[in-house]
Amino acid sequence: MKITLKVWRQKSKDAKGEFKTYQHDHVSSDMSFLEMMDVLNTQLIKKGEDPIHFDHDCREGICGMCSMYINGQPHGPLQTTTCQLHMRTFKDGETITVEPWRAQAFPVIKDLVVDRSAFDRIQQAGGYVNVNTGGVPDANVIPISKKIADEAFDAAACIGCGACVAACKNASAMLFVSAKVSQFALLPQGHAERKERVEKMVEQMDTEGFGSCTNTRACEAECPKAISVANIARMNREYFSAMVSSYEVKVGGGE
Amino acid sequence: MKLESKSPEGPLAEKWTKHKFNLKLVNPANKRKYEIIVVGTGLAGASAAASLGELGYNVKAFCFQDSPRRAHSIAAQGGINAAKNYQNDGDSIYRLFYDTIKGGDYRAREANVYRLAEVSVNIIDQCVAQGVPFAREYGGLLANRSFGGAQVSRTFYARGQTGQQLLLGAYSALNRQIANGKVKMYNRTEMLDVVVVDGKARGIVTRDLITGKIEAHSAHAVLLCTGGYGNVFYLSTNAKGSNVTAAWRAHKKGALFANPCFTQIHPTCIPVSGDHQSKLTLMSESLRNDGRVWVPKVAVKGLKAKDAKSIAEADRDYFLERKYPSFGNLVPRDVASRNGKMMCDEGRGVGATGLAVFLDFADAIKRDGRDVISAKYGNLFDMYKQITGDDPYEMPMMIFPAVHYTMGGLWVDYNLMTSVPGLYALGEANFSDHGANRLGASALMQGLADGYFVIPYTIGDYLAGIGWNDKVSTDHPVFKEAIDTVNSRVQKLLSIKGKKTVDEFHRELGLTLWEYCGMSRNDAGLKIAKKKIQELRTEFWQNVDVVGSANELNMELEKAGRVADFLELGELMVDDALDRKESCGCHFREESQTTDGEALRIDNDYTYSSAWEYKGENQPEELHKEELKFENVKLTQRSYK
Ligand SMILES: Cc1cc2nc3c(=O)[nH]c(=O)nc-3n(C[C@H](O)[C@H](O)[C@H](O)COP(=O)(O)OP(=O)(O)OC[C@H]3O[C@@H](n4cnc5c(N)ncnc54)[C@H](O)[C@@H]3O)c2cc1C
Ligand code: SF4
Ligand code: FES
Repeated sequence: MKITLKVWRQKSKDAKGEFKTYQHDHVSSDMSFLEMMDVLNTQLIKKGEDPIHFDHDCREGICGMCSMYINGQPHGPLQTTTCQLHMRTFKDGETITVEPWRAQAFPVIKDLVVDRSAFDRIQQAGGYVNVNTGGVPDANVIPISKKIADEAFDAAACIGCGACVAACKNASAMLFVSAKVSQFALLPQGHAERKERVEKMVEQMDTEGFGSCTNTRACEAECPKAISVANIARMNREYFSAMVSSYEVKVGGGE
Repeated sequence: MKLESKSPEGPLAEKWTKHKFNLKLVNPANKRKYEIIVVGTGLAGASAAASLGELGYNVKAFCFQDSPRRAHSIAAQGGINAAKNYQNDGDSIYRLFYDTIKGGDYRAREANVYRLAEVSVNIIDQCVAQGVPFAREYGGLLANRSFGGAQVSRTFYARGQTGQQLLLGAYSALNRQIANGKVKMYNRTEMLDVVVVDGKARGIVTRDLITGKIEAHSAHAVLLCTGGYGNVFYLSTNAKGSNVTAAWRAHKKGALFANPCFTQIHPTCIPVSGDHQSKLTLMSESLRNDGRVWVPKVAVKGLKAKDAKSIAEADRDYFLERKYPSFGNLVPRDVASRNGKMMCDEGRGVGATGLAVFLDFADAIKRDGRDVISAKYGNLFDMYKQITGDDPYEMPMMIFPAVHYTMGGLWVDYNLMTSVPGLYALGEANFSDHGANRLGASALMQGLADGYFVIPYTIGDYLAGIGWNDKVSTDHPVFKEAIDTVNSRVQKLLSIKGKKTVDEFHRELGLTLWEYCGMSRNDAGLKIAKKKIQELRTEFWQNVDVVGSANELNMELEKAGRVADFLELGELMVDDALDRKESCGCHFREESQTTDGEALRIDNDYTYSSAWEYKGENQPEELHKEELKFENVKLTQRSYK
């Protein structure tokens, strides 16, 4: 196949970026999208040009590193990761536009590489259970119904790619944050700290400059791991009940 | 140099307990006076950094990805073993120990393997307490599955994403310590050297991958948790960034490298589709429970999966069932891989490249119905279809072996310390527990055992021994020298401006190793490989083209440094394979086989781990042998006929 690529090139964080057009005449329909980019990069290197930088690692759809905004959709036309997208999805002769994730909280580092460390900081704010290594009870002491365990797993399957933020016109991170909040709200191990957790994670999310959620559901539609917006509803409930109870504590006066 | 394994004396089941009691302790109030560097934050590194931070040590942790959550551990699918015996099917710590030592074809240390089995039970408790959503039964208790090489059901799993869930658990524990200020995390930072002063590891030199800044960090001890080196073959199931650089630079600073030729090759991966191929995708081993492996009896050039039906039953060779009637399609990984390759070497491979065999579910679908097969393997079938475009419900899958795991790595003693005092290696980066062959679901177990339950004890002994004021600052001339060396290497790579890309060199190296140091090896082939690798390395330093500059995000430069190290490691792998003139585990030496073509171990001559010592640029390395003593198990030959 032959394709034309319009790719966002930006030398560094503060440099001005622009689209550059590349003609790519050696595309096989069996290639993954990233392999197509590899071949293009080899051609650029042979011409002495700087290859197009993009994040990737596992190339199996699980590490969450790959992150291209393809033809106006995060990870392209299929509901999968960029690395699991294959060229047979595109037509011979097509023009494909490739951009980085666009969000204030995800500044561009170079070309298609963005800084997603805001996600780490949100997790650091409360995305854990406070237990030390050792001294924990036997794993089978607390039975957890299969239904709850499966639901927690569905939420925990988030790969932290950021497509939800890139898809949202408000650049909201609600789907990502609610996935972690839900996992721990569902499991008994997370119950002791559920109030503090949701408060701290939401506060950090706001500090990082992510936008608010207006229920467009664009995140769910683009999420490669099919994380459900039901998690957002659950997080809102968790947050609301946490706020009410901390208000009660504050006005209650006790010691 | 004398290799001291530090395996404790006494009965097997008491060794670890006794050893823990004999280790020196660091007073709780003094822990905060110590600094520890942890390089790599996959399962091994994240669990170690979190646990050490909890104890009160000051930890600096490093990874080259943009977040610890992306480490290659995330990709592990199948599960993690633990001797919980929740199924009441006769499992025990001793049985897990026995299976692991036997699976490793008796080339691992008894004491280490027993300890691994012993702490395996704590791992599951720890992960559940962290909120890892393991699979459960309807009654609410944890579910198990059985996995290759075991007759009991001891594998815990979280759908097909066990590695992801375990890593996210360790990552959450790590995040908690980052928030507490006990761990300082450096993302997108690559370690490029270990600094050794007065015979002890004192720190590292790193490159900030965004700004290119080269920096030194000092500490009382350094832990390398940097994963395996399967990518030396270019194509493997490892993530693209997986590399040997940290371990290799440590090796050049005095850490012995053990059993480098022990590489596991997994039989069921999606075959290569063309020259553009950048990595290989694993298809779960469980597929062989129902799929039948075959090729045509007489070669058919370019046979496509959709035309497989045209080959009559009588003209098919179900070669695993034919050769191994009692195990059939369920022979261990190495046997299945080697036989698949043999068929292709005979010219009977299928697909456009001839480098594939069929894995056929037609009989299983006929027997059990499409729904039953879909319930078992639906997600794998979908994934296969997404990648290849072929529908496994309609036609056989095509599979081919791929490099998957490296049992070799930095030599460590029972305390996980390398031959350089103060330098430790954990997880896939060390050689410790799997001998010549790793069982499925045992790597996740080992990484977490090392990080959560071994290093927090053993490191205290070293630290208490040296004392907190025994530290060297980064102003020391040796640190300055190390920074200069790293800088000049970066400049050298950028200045060559040759004609071949880094990937072209990497591919050539990979092909050479695959051909001569892959599934089957012989003296003549290995000698060819050695010469080819030497030539390729020379050419690399004259003709590689690394574009861009040093002070920016430059992924070509990152790759170039890693490939330069692979080009050195590759030769050592060949040397190791040349030395070991027996077949054992994954290492099949054609000179050492039974009359019917099966692997033949030679216990009288080779019951040792090879530990190689670096002797200087282009000098032959020196082999040290750690003799393995088996006091508890009897050595037997494997047979799957
Ligand atoms: C596809 C696949 C499936 C698997 N499935 C299973 C399974 O079901 N069960 C099982 O038990 N095992 C499985 N394995 C094996 C297992 O996943 C790995 O052996 C294990 O996860 C390795 O963990 P680790 O912590 O040692 O290293 P890794 O997870 O590879 O982590 C390495 C870390 O080191 C860092 N690093 C490396 N070099 C440097 C450097 N120079 N500077 C700074 N940082 C560096 C990286 O950033 C990363 O953080 C599988 C492997 C593959 C490839
Ligand atoms: S919720 Fe979905 S889109 Fe958002 S980070 Fe997680 S996996 Fe990616
Ligand atoms: S590269 Fe890991 S998810 Fe795409």
